[in-house]
Amino acid sequence: MRNTQATKLLFEQSKPGCRGVRLPECDVPERPIDELLPSGAIAEAPPPLPELSEPDVVRHFVNLSTLNMSVDTHFYPLGSCTMKYNPKRNERLSSLPGMVDLHPYQPQQTVQGTLELLWRSQEMLAEIAGLPAVSLQPAAGAHGEMTALLVAAAYFRDRGEKRSVVLIPDGAHGTNPASATMAGMKTVPVRSTNDGYVDLDDLAAKLNDRTAVLMITNPNTLGIFEEKIAEITQIVHAAGGLVYLDGANMNAIMGVTRPGDFGADLMHYNPHKTFGSPHGGGGPGAGPIAVAEHLAPFLPTPIVVKDGDCYRLDYDRPNSIGRVRSFFGTVGVLVRMYCYILTHGGDGLRHVSENAVLCANYLLARVRHFLPVPHGKRCMHEFVASAAKLKADKDISAMDIAKRLLDHGFHAPTVYFPLIVREALMIEPTETESKATLDAFAEALFRVTEESAELLHDAPHTTAVSRPEEVAAARNPILRWTP
Amino acid sequence: MTPEQLLYTKSHEWAYVQDDPSGAKIATVGLSAFALELLTDLVYVDLPEVGRRVSAGEPLGEIESVKAVSDLYSPVDGEVVEVNTALADNLAGLADDPYDAGWFVKIRIADESLLAGLLDYAAYQKQCAEEEH
Repeated sequence: MRNTQATKLLFEQSKPGCRGVRLPECDVPERPIDELLPSGAIAEAPPPLPELSEPDVVRHFVNLSTLNMSVDTHFYPLGSCTMKYNPKRNERLSSLPGMVDLHPYQPQQTVQGTLELLWRSQEMLAEIAGLPAVSLQPAAGAHGEMTALLVAAAYFRDRGEKRSVVLIPDGAHGTNPASATMAGMKTVPVRSTNDGYVDLDDLAAKLNDRTAVLMITNPNTLGIFEEKIAEITQIVHAAGGLVYLDGANMNAIMGVTRPGDFGADLMHYNPHKTFGSPHGGGGPGAGPIAVAEHLAPFLPTPIVVKDGDCYRLDYDRPNSIGRVRSFFGTVGVLVRMYCYILTHGGDGLRHVSENAVLCANYLLARVRHFLPVPHGKRCMHEFVASAAKLKADKDISAMDIAKRLLDHGFHAPTVYFPLIVREALMIEPTETESKATLDAFAEALFRVTEESAELLHDAPHTTAVSRPEEVAAARNPILRWTP
Repeated sequence: MTPEQLLYTKSHEWAYVQDDPSGAKIATVGLSAFALELLTDLVYVDLPEVGRRVSAGEPLGEIESVKAVSDLYSPVDGEVVEVNTALADNLAGLADDPYDAGWFVKIRIADESLLAGLLDYAAYQKQCAEEEH
């Protein structure tokens, strides 16, 4: 079904005089607007809004929504993004009137329930991290990265140390160097070995008295657990630096190991990846951070504290870096996270990670026979296949495979990331998929690799839009509608 | 220029070194055909201003493709004396001519001894072959 009428732009569908609602004749005397408002407050012309009937608007948005692929409609193995199914129960709980009808300026004694929920969230995240102090304020994972780096900078400033270099392995998420730069630090890449691990020799060579932080992702973006993580954190500490754990891949290790136990000093969580809060579309996100005891004084203000049976916001934190977000963070997202963690409990979270790793290894075992996986026979929660040989032999690229999978009813894996694998296809099934779904995906992926290059180059064939011109869109983006 | 005449960095920049009339050594710098193929379709390049001081191994600009943004690293220490301003409008043609029209900047070399740290064509070919594996 390609309904091109309703999915045209609202501006293109506009008909002068069309209205969703017709108001009755005005029965109070009208007065000219310039008598009611100062001249500076009156626009020269009314805004050029599209004029449509209510059914036109409803059909427009409902039809657009059916063109989308989502985890509620399709298997979505988008590596690094952990597109697990989010239980609808948590949406319902976070929408309870007691949650959504609060005002952030309410007196604290009237919001004790929410403060308790936030305090318990801090405690649970500290336990899962193995790091004792938590801030719930950051509004997204990358915001958490930047906040943690500001905490690290404040720590070194307090000690009178001039350390401003952040070391980042070359397989890292692009947010790592971006966050470090935003935090006013200088980034230096660390190489990976051919096996996909951090190159310890290169790391050792780059550590010095300017090193502030090593940002490491574990398991890394190849889906491999850094086996020498204890040695890595030890040599960074010996050089006087801190270790930051990019918590994007926490879904692989919950209840099995803890960042604090393997030597990390700071980390962030992505509740939308790990704890069932919405992936975009749900408004702002959350990126809580957890830090070691010696960094706790520098966390953003306020923190929720418990005094006897009461909960309150602690603003008396003289070494804090200050606020990084209005009020207490994105509470609605944190409520979903809290419900998710409580639903599973400690053992349940461990099962989540075990099943995420099991699903990924099952898929890996099925896929590597027809699509090489350069780094290892086993993986954690995701793995990175390479279409480099298909590209050389048959002119079929990772992008062609990704596009064609849409025709087979599957969302594409992440492609061309991490950059250290040629023609990368990064596949993360998550724990919420059945064996039947994994089998169907592996079979579709195999069929795609057997199809002709001509068919693939023009794929997808069944979507409303086939291939946008990515180069033209990047060079000459059209960002607003013009008549 | 032919690829065999050039020196290379491990990060895939090439340098062609010649004397200018005053006797100063000038390095013309670009990006290898191997790297350009990996980057695929280019959308944007950010090059330094004339007069900017650059250091070997430090970023001197950025190149963006539909896949990723990558730093361009200077192969030498020195000062930028000329920038290929025509490049930005001709990125689609860069991969077809990476060694002539595709140069990025010319740098007056401050320390010739650092040239010894660059790879010759054979060593660079070997590195590319290893990355292919």
